[in-house]
Amino acid sequence: MNGTRRRRSHLAAAAAVGSLALVLTACSGGDDEGGGGDATSDVDCTAFEQYGDLEGKTISVYTSIVEPESVQQTDSYIPFEECTGAEIEYEGSREFEAQLPVRLQAGNPPDIAYIPQPGFLASIVADYPDAVVAAPQAVIDNANEYYTEGWVNYGTVDGTLYATPLGANVKSFVWYSPAAFEENGYEIPTTWDDLLALTDQIKEDYPDSKPWCAGIESGDATGWPATDWLEDVMLRTAGADVYDQWVTHEIPFNDPQVLAALETVGGILKNPDYVNGGLGDVQSIATVAWNEAGNPIPDQMCFLHRAANFYQANWDPSLTVAEDGDVYAFYLPGQSADDKPLLGGGEFVTAFADRPEVQAFQAYLSSPEWANAKAEATGQGWLSANSGLDPDLLQSPIDQLSFELLTDDSYTFRFDGSDQMPGAVGADAFWKQMTAWIGEDQSDQETLDNIEAAWPAS
Amino acid sequence: MDWFIHAETVGHKFALMLVAILLFVGVMGAILFGIDKLKKVPTWAVVAAFLGPTLLFVVFGLVYPGLNTIKASLYDAKGNEFVGLDNYVTAFTQDQFQTVLRNTLLWVVLVPLVATLIGLVYAVLVDRTRFESMAKTLIFLPMAISLVGASIIWRFVYEFRPDQGNIQQIGLANQILVWLGLDPYQFLLNQPWNTLFLIAVMIWIQAGFAMTVLSAAIKAIPDDITEAARLDGLHGIGMFRFITVPSIRPALVVVLTTIAMGTLKVFDIVRTMTGGNFNTSVVAYEFYTQSFRAQNAGLGAALAVILFVLVIPIIVYNVRQLRLSEEIR
Repeated sequence: MNGTRRRRSHLAAAAAVGSLALVLTACSGGDDEGGGGDATSDVDCTAFEQYGDLEGKTISVYTSIVEPESVQQTDSYIPFEECTGAEIEYEGSREFEAQLPVRLQAGNPPDIAYIPQPGFLASIVADYPDAVVAAPQAVIDNANEYYTEGWVNYGTVDGTLYATPLGANVKSFVWYSPAAFEENGYEIPTTWDDLLALTDQIKEDYPDSKPWCAGIESGDATGWPATDWLEDVMLRTAGADVYDQWVTHEIPFNDPQVLAALETVGGILKNPDYVNGGLGDVQSIATVAWNEAGNPIPDQMCFLHRAANFYQANWDPSLTVAEDGDVYAFYLPGQSADDKPLLGGGEFVTAFADRPEVQAFQAYLSSPEWANAKAEATGQGWLSANSGLDPDLLQSPIDQLSFELLTDDSYTFRFDGSDQMPGAVGADAFWKQMTAWIGEDQSDQETLDNIEAAWPAS
Repeated sequence: MDWFIHAETVGHKFALMLVAILLFVGVMGAILFGIDKLKKVPTWAVVAAFLGPTLLFVVFGLVYPGLNTIKASLYDAKGNEFVGLDNYVTAFTQDQFQTVLRNTLLWVVLVPLVATLIGLVYAVLVDRTRFESMAKTLIFLPMAISLVGASIIWRFVYEFRPDQGNIQQIGLANQILVWLGLDPYQFLLNQPWNTLFLIAVMIWIQAGFAMTVLSAAIKAIPDDITEAARLDGLHGIGMFRFITVPSIRPALVVVLTTIAMGTLKVFDIVRTMTGGNFNTSVVAYEFYTQSFRAQNAGLGAALAVILFVLVIPIIVYNVRQLRLSEEIR
């Protein structure tokens, strides 16, 4: 009895082990394709010789850029991968801002992260000084050669360059319909007063429509387009120097100059005569999705919509984005025609490892080769502040215009202020209070006081 | 032996795979053969083998982080300086957080009561009718939809389009208002009713759960009791009040407390529908915002602890009711 039972259990054990082994083999099969790197394509590899042979090396990249833009990112790494043999492990996450500190705290940093806010970069450097790695010499050289001083400064913390810009965007634009402007003989305004005069003109010509349309709903980031409004106007009413003091909290958030700027914004956004064409009343701005707010323009329900260059992706595909097309954007004018502040943003390439392949990839991302490869891989809706970028490779007129403004010295560039402020303000209170300012008709003073109260004591 | 840790070539990878398979075969074989050899396993070993892993997971996955959170709630935003109860003072005194606590209270009172009431009435009404299974399926369906999915659906229902030119409504709720000759209404914007419109989504989801459990409990009421009651002249409301409800009391308690606990944790609906704006935020959403968005770990932890304290009485009540019903049995 005992003998047969034991034999059967032997057999069962052997069978179990055998089948498991099969399963294991099946799992590990087919693992070694891809990542080969035999440079057979038509990529010109001479510019990549400086990086040496990185065959078999892997660089992990962690970003907030997810599908479909992530495909354009990974496509732009192909020349680097083919010429050096290195492999880029790309991971995009919508929870990037929440997860990066968690990974750093857990001692599991990515090799490279694209940080979209200089303020976030500064707090990462302050909180995790051992994890973040300063930029190597090759990257410093690229940054100084191809980027303006302003951009380099936004990647610098306490005098050390940590990060170089990746993409860039320009926010000081007003979208309009060239056809509607031509039909009515409207001129592109070149001063703030012209802009207001145009607004009043439209109000008179089209009593059933409204001159402006706006929307600030953006899921749990609701409110950010309103912060851009205030920043853009701050740059115009108070000037770039006061703007910098405001962003770094040298002057309080509820300073009279900020109040004046907010009142100017309110003159448009909270004026029932001016908003919200085709979308509702003033309050509706708080619930209209930011990426749909321009939709009434082609129907002439509204005529002006202040939004960044990347808003072009949100137009109906049947509309052409061009100066002689269906929709286009003009530069949001300054106080005078010579006063040209420019608000924008971008991501910053930050390294958390100093292995040679990581530094090589950093250098590649700060080089014109990458900027051009990215421009070629992207249809439209992308640009970089890299002066080595060939503007002819940009495929959309608005991208070309943005690049032109970014590299034109007569424009004073300033980075998005909320992105430079501490998270408690720039990614929470500022958004929320601006939303309450519109959605709940909260007063100007109370809004600014509440944000000031949220500024973390340091 | 460097290849053992960093296998680079195909050969090394295969060798590593072989070693791993052999190790696995060895260990599994030893366990499968060894189990027969053991005749007498001491009781403590059995207890340790069954309870040990659970205990380990509970300690490392629940108790340790729990204690850590309580500790973090007594420290400042970065977790460096001890600030005592400051975070709790902030949470209870600032307008913004008082609104959050008020909303959480509204949620936790309204959702369980209304969802259970709807579920109960519905279960009684459709009990033993011709359309019972069809009717039950209909109200149970929302349970199968994720909270985020339900929130997106309801956002479309509440969607607002102005009464301007020839703009058409796209939201069901506002279209009905327009058909009735009323003005379209900003359901998610206008306080304080917007919180109630969010609560409606949770009730829509939970009523099906309440209905299913309560319907099963009603069916389990012995026929002789209802028959006796009927002979004594009880009908309609009386039957419901004196026979049905007392008979399913344990099920009612379980349903109420389960929904209450689920409601305290509500996060998805608020995040998806309003992002916590227009004074609709609740504790479970606010502690996430404070911890991960505002990078204020201390205040976030304090809110999490408050949430934890709020759940305790519900659990205590639930456990006591369970004990009571076991004693009766």
